[in-house]
Amino acid sequence: MANPSYVTLGQRILAGLDKALTTVMASPPYRWSQGILRRAGVTGRTLVIAVPWVWLLIFFLIPFIIVFKISFAETRWLGSPPYAPIWEWVEGHALHVKITFANYLFLLSDSLYVQAFLSSLKVASVSTILCLLLGYPMAYGIARADPSWRNTLLLLVILPFWTSFLLRVYAWMGLLNNHGVINQFLMWTGIIDEPIVMLQTDFAMYIGIVYSYLPFMILPLYSNLEKHDPTLLEAAVDLGCRPFRAFLSITLPLSKPGIIAGSMLVFIPAVGEFVIPRLLGGTDSLMIGRVLWDEYFLNRNWPVASAVAIALLLLLVIPIVIFQRYQLQEASGEQQR
Amino acid sequence: MAARPDEGTAPWLDPKAQPYIRIENVTKKFGEFVAVDDVTLNVYRGEIFCLLGGSGCGKTTLLRMLAGFERPTSGRIFIDGVPMEGVPPYERPVNMMFQSYALFPHMTVEQNVAFGLKQEKLPRDEIRDRVAEMLSIVKLNGLEKRKPHQLSGGQRQRVALARSLVKRPKLLLLDEPLGALDKKLREHTQFELVNIQERLGVTFIVVTHDQEEAMTLASRIGVMNQGSIVQVGTPHDIYEFPNSRFVAEFIGNVNMFEGRIVEDEPDHVTIDSPDLGGVIYVGHGVSTAPDAIVWAAIRPEKMVLSREQPPGEYNRASGIIKEIAYMGDLSIYIVQLDSGRRVRVTKPNTYRHAENELTWDERVWVSWDESSSVVVTE
Ligand SMILES: Nc1ncnc2c1ncn2[C@@H]1O[C@H](COP(=O)(O)OP(=O)(O)OP(=O)(O)O)[C@@H](O)[C@H]1O
Ligand SMILES: [Mg+2]
Repeated sequence: MANPSYVTLGQRILAGLDKALTTVMASPPYRWSQGILRRAGVTGRTLVIAVPWVWLLIFFLIPFIIVFKISFAETRWLGSPPYAPIWEWVEGHALHVKITFANYLFLLSDSLYVQAFLSSLKVASVSTILCLLLGYPMAYGIARADPSWRNTLLLLVILPFWTSFLLRVYAWMGLLNNHGVINQFLMWTGIIDEPIVMLQTDFAMYIGIVYSYLPFMILPLYSNLEKHDPTLLEAAVDLGCRPFRAFLSITLPLSKPGIIAGSMLVFIPAVGEFVIPRLLGGTDSLMIGRVLWDEYFLNRNWPVASAVAIALLLLLVIPIVIFQRYQLQEASGEQQR
Repeated sequence: MAARPDEGTAPWLDPKAQPYIRIENVTKKFGEFVAVDDVTLNVYRGEIFCLLGGSGCGKTTLLRMLAGFERPTSGRIFIDGVPMEGVPPYERPVNMMFQSYALFPHMTVEQNVAFGLKQEKLPRDEIRDRVAEMLSIVKLNGLEKRKPHQLSGGQRQRVALARSLVKRPKLLLLDEPLGALDKKLREHTQFELVNIQERLGVTFIVVTHDQEEAMTLASRIGVMNQGSIVQVGTPHDIYEFPNSRFVAEFIGNVNMFEGRIVEDEPDHVTIDSPDLGGVIYVGHGVSTAPDAIVWAAIRPEKMVLSREQPPGEYNRASGIIKEIAYMGDLSIYIVQLDSGRRVRVTKPNTYRHAENELTWDERVWVSWDESSSVVVTE
C-alpha cells in the first residue's frame, strides 16, 4: 500500500498542475498562439510527431549531409579540414563549385575496398547465422519457461550490457590468448601440450561478434515466440503431426518476423563492426569498419573515408528498406486479424 | 433434429452394446484443484453426446484428456476398446475442434484444411479432392485462398470444423463449436452438424454451456457440475426427470417447492409444502426416509391457470398475477402465491385474439396434474 501522505502529496501536486494548466490555457497568450497554430494547420498530433523528426533531423540528417558533402570533395593533404571546400567565393569571380566523383571511383579501382566490403558482408552473414542458431533455442526456451522464470532468464540475457562493451571484449582477450585462462586450463588437464593460438584469428573474432550481438537476436525472437498461441501446436499435433514437424510447420514460419528483426539487428551493426575485428581478429582481417577507421585517422583522407561511409550506408539501406516493408505488411495483417 | 441412433435403437439401453468410448473413474487435478472429479461415462458409436455445464466445470479438461493433451491424474480412458494411456495425441483416432478454433494464421483456408491430410502423406490428388469436398460441405467454396484473418467469425468456425472433419476421425470432439454464431446461423449450423454426423457416421462429443443447443443436438446429454457428471440421459429424460435440483434448474425453467414428506406409499407420496401453501400429491413412489425434506419440481408449461378453483385438494394454490410477458409463441405469467412464492407459468398463444384473457393483478388458481411433478431429494 502506498504511504497515505505520499498519496495526498501526489493528489495535491496533481491538483496544482491541473489548476496551473487551466490558468495557462485560459490566459490570452496561450489562446492567441493556439489560434495561430490552428490557423496554420498545426495540431497537437503534429507537434507530438515533430519531436522524433526534429531529433532525426539534428542528429542524423545534418551529419549525414555533411559526410555526404565531404565525400564529393577533393583531398587536401595539408591544412585543416583535410579536404578542399566544395564551394568557394573567389574574389572578383562568381561562386566556385568543385565536385568530384574521384573518391567513389577510387573505391572501385582499389580492390582493397571491394574486398573489405565483401568480407564484411561475409563476416556479418556468418555471425548472423551463428547468432540465429544459438539464439533461437535460447529464445524458445525462455518463451516456453515457466512465467515466473521468464523475467529472470531475460535479465540474464541483458545482464552483459551492464558492463562496458570494451571491457567484455578485453575479457575475451584474457580468455583466449596463449597464456589465457582457456589455454592454461587445457594444458593443466593435459589435453594439449602447446597453447592453441586463438586470439587474433577469425575464430576469436566470430566468438566476439556472436557473443556481443546475441542479445539483439534473442530479444526480438523472444518477444515474437512469447506471443505464440500454444493451442496452435496442440491443433497440429491433434491433426496427426509429430511435435518436431509441428515446430517446423507452425512455430518456425510464425516466428519469421522475429527472425528477420533479430537478423537485422545483428547483421547491420556487424557489417560496420570495427572494435571486435581489431581487438580479437587477425591483423589481416579486412573489415570495412577497420578500413574506414584507418582511412580517417591514419591516412587522414576524409573524402575517401566519407565515400566509404556513404557506400556502406547504401549497402545497408537496402535490407533495412526490405525489413521496413515487411514489418508494415505484418502490422497491417495483424490489424485485420 | 437430434441424431438418430443407429437402427432406431438406443445402444445405451442395450446391456450387450460395446461402448465406443469408456471413461472409467477419471479424475484430473491441477495441483490441489480437482477439475474433473471421478467421471465414469460411456459413449456409443454414432452418438452426438453433449457435455453440458456451467463455465469452469471441467468440460474442456475432459475433452482434452480424450484428445490426449492432458493426462488423467487417475482413472482410464478406452477408445474402441483400446486403453489410451501413453498414446500421444497424434496417434489417437480423435480430432478436436478447439474452443478458440486454433486456425493456423499463416496458412490459407485450403492449407489449413489440408494440413491433417498432409500428415498422413496421402497423394496430392486425393488431398485436393477431399479438401474440396469438405469445403463444399461446410459451404466455404470460393474462400479457399483466404487467410484466417480475412474471414468472419462464423467462417472461421466452419474452417475449424472442416479441418477437424476432413481426416474422417472416428471421434470428433467439439468444444463450444457454435459459440461465435448468431442465433440464426447457429440453428442452421446445428442442423448441418447433425447432417454431417449422419452422413459421415462420426461419433461426436460436443461441449456446450447452452442448454438449448444441447437439447437440439444431443442423442444424450451429460450434465456436469464442479467436475462431476451429475446426470446422463436423453434430452427428454434430463428435462422431464431431472435427478437433482441442480439439473432441474440448469435445464430450462422450473418451479421448485420445498416440503416435507407426510405420506410415503409405493404408488404415491404427499408432500406438505409451506412454500406452496398446500399439499403436493405426486403420482409415483419416492425412496427416501419419511419426514425427509424434498423438493417438488414442476415445469412452467405443465402448470395451468384458472379463475375458478380447481377440483381436488392437492397441487393447487391461489395467487395474483404480477407480470405477463408476451413471447409470441407463448406467454409467461409470473404469479405471486399467497405463501409469498412467485411461480412461473407459460401458456401457448393458441389463438390470435383471445377474449377474456387473464390480466395483471387478477386473482387466479395455479394447478397441475399429479403426474407432472418430479421429486428430487438433493
Ligand atoms: N492448466 C490448468 N491449470 C490449472 N487449472 C486449470 C487448468 N486448466 C483448467 N483449469 C481449471 O479447471 C477448471 C475447469 O476448466 P475447463 O477449461 O475444463 O472448464 P470448462 O468447463 O471448459 O469451462 P468453459 O465453459 O468456461 O470453457 C477451471 O476452474 C479452470 O480454472
Ligand atoms: Mg471450455
